[in-house]
Amino acid sequence: MSTLISLRGVQKYYGDYHALRDVDLDIAGGEFFSLLGPSGCGKTTLLRTIAGFEDVSEGTVMLAGKEMRGVAPNLRPTNMVFQSYAIFPHLSVAENVAFGLRRSGKSRDEKARMVDEALDMVGLAGYGARRAHALSGGQRQRVALARALILKPKVLLLDEPLSALDRKMREQMQVELIKLQRNVGITFILVTHDQEEALVMSDRIAVMFEGRIAQVDDPETLYRRPRSRQVASFIGKMNFLDATVKSTGPRIALVVAGLGPVEIDAEQAPGGATPGDTSVGIRPEMLSLVFEGDAPPRKIVSATVDEVVYYGDMTYYDVRIAGVAAPLNIAMKNIIGRPVLEVGAPTQVAWDERALVLV
Amino acid sequence: MSLRIYAFAYLIFLYAPILLLPLFAFNDATVIAFPLSGFTTDWFARLAETRALHDAVRNSLFIAVMTALFSTILGVCAARAGAMSHFPGKRGIMGLIMIPLVLPEIIVAVALLVVMVQVLGLGLSNWTIIFAHTLICTPFSVAILNGAFQNLDPAMEEAALDLGETRWSAFRLVILPLVTPGIVSSLLISFTISLDEFIIAFFLTGANPTMPVYIWSLLRFPASVPVVMALGTILVALSVLLLTIAEIFRRRGLARAGVKDTGGFL
Repeated sequence: MSTLISLRGVQKYYGDYHALRDVDLDIAGGEFFSLLGPSGCGKTTLLRTIAGFEDVSEGTVMLAGKEMRGVAPNLRPTNMVFQSYAIFPHLSVAENVAFGLRRSGKSRDEKARMVDEALDMVGLAGYGARRAHALSGGQRQRVALARALILKPKVLLLDEPLSALDRKMREQMQVELIKLQRNVGITFILVTHDQEEALVMSDRIAVMFEGRIAQVDDPETLYRRPRSRQVASFIGKMNFLDATVKSTGPRIALVVAGLGPVEIDAEQAPGGATPGDTSVGIRPEMLSLVFEGDAPPRKIVSATVDEVVYYGDMTYYDVRIAGVAAPLNIAMKNIIGRPVLEVGAPTQVAWDERALVLV
Repeated sequence: MSLRIYAFAYLIFLYAPILLLPLFAFNDATVIAFPLSGFTTDWFARLAETRALHDAVRNSLFIAVMTALFSTILGVCAARAGAMSHFPGKRGIMGLIMIPLVLPEIIVAVALLVVMVQVLGLGLSNWTIIFAHTLICTPFSVAILNGAFQNLDPAMEEAALDLGETRWSAFRLVILPLVTPGIVSSLLISFTISLDEFIIAFFLTGANPTMPVYIWSLLRFPASVPVVMALGTILVALSVLLLTIAEIFRRRGLARAGVKDTGGFL
């Protein structure tokens, strides 16, 4: 896969407000790429600079090998699905989808065939004659997709496309979008604030905070090896424990509050390690409570149950261990023969230093 | 219950004088007084024969059409600018545009008379009235069209740009169709305002009076009062009709943009 989009040293100012800071990013052709971050982190601004609705203040945006500075959105090989979908309410579904073909010079029949194809692709075959305002949210979304994809852009930009849908519809559309992207082979860039959505759908994710890209990685690396505490706490749940690094090298020696001295691999410190005070993170599902009949764990620490949240398939425990102020969150699967503990019950927590990540 | 009585009393107070117009317009007597003496359509027939009235109506229609066009064009420009993101001094400028709405018309009239005649040395004509009427109608147009433009999702224009259109073609293909109901509504309301405006027309009228000025001149002759009543009846019917059409278009515009109605002029 070759690089299709390349951003170098991108800065964006709105007056005094610094919306994008030193953004460097390469996105490959055919990739499903997500921009993830809390609201106001600059992810939508970044998407709009690629689309051409905003020009960068400094730096370069290269698209398919061409510098895009000053190139209007109508002349860029990108198309966008807007958060509000922006379906033209005075036109029918077919007219909406055919809108981008106006300047293509194609014959009427050819256009009609392309519209049918596009509607078919998004599962709206036969909806062409409907008025746009008579559609449901999910259908509007599909029309917006068909309207953008009919132009066969090099890049499809999606601005929080699923945020207006209810949960069920959203999950269904996530799967459909992944399939669609594989079928058409077009690069998708998705903006979202929903980390689960990003993890499910993307080949790679860029996490952004305050106009800066904090980390770019595939979903698994991002989840398992966050480079900073900010990324670690934004993606999924994470327990943080104070720690002190004693020595660095291929193996890092550290002392973790409540757990004692441990040695971890250098790759468990993706953001690097320097001797001194820091913290380690461990995911709730990487910890477990020890029940009778379990295989003897490698390492255990005594604890007291502080809070129990029963979810049916899972039970979430907050437990306290000596020497740590904040309770540890632990996710336990409810399997046969495993009881749900009560608040105040003494227990033991099994842990493993291989699940630690230095942040 | 008491609230309903109050509401009825209020409506009677508002509309009783207007209801008297058609009553006496069809009354067979030159004196405006009860009891009514009989039914006649003579006064309407007299209207049809009065040449001076026809000239006044023609003047008024010309002025009203031109005013509606000018103030709506200015309104579209202002509302479009107002809906765009931000530019320096936007709030102040939008505020200043709306001021003629609350400015006493007599002040506008006197000021314009002085400027036109004393300062610029221009003669008075229909165009001086059109200019002045455009001044007082533009705030209404801006108010109506602001609603239409601000209800537009800015992503609509961006979507059109994104799909290959230029700024101008995006305006023509997407924005204009979506604000058309607002434009029609603005045309109708400014037409109506200009048509029955008296004070400014009275000050700035040249040799050819507008219809309201002509009506006023008729009132000096008691014998022609029923004729005025007949003319008034036609005008009231016409105004109600135009304002109703304007309101229908305004609501249709809201429905088209898919937003909630937050009340308009009617």
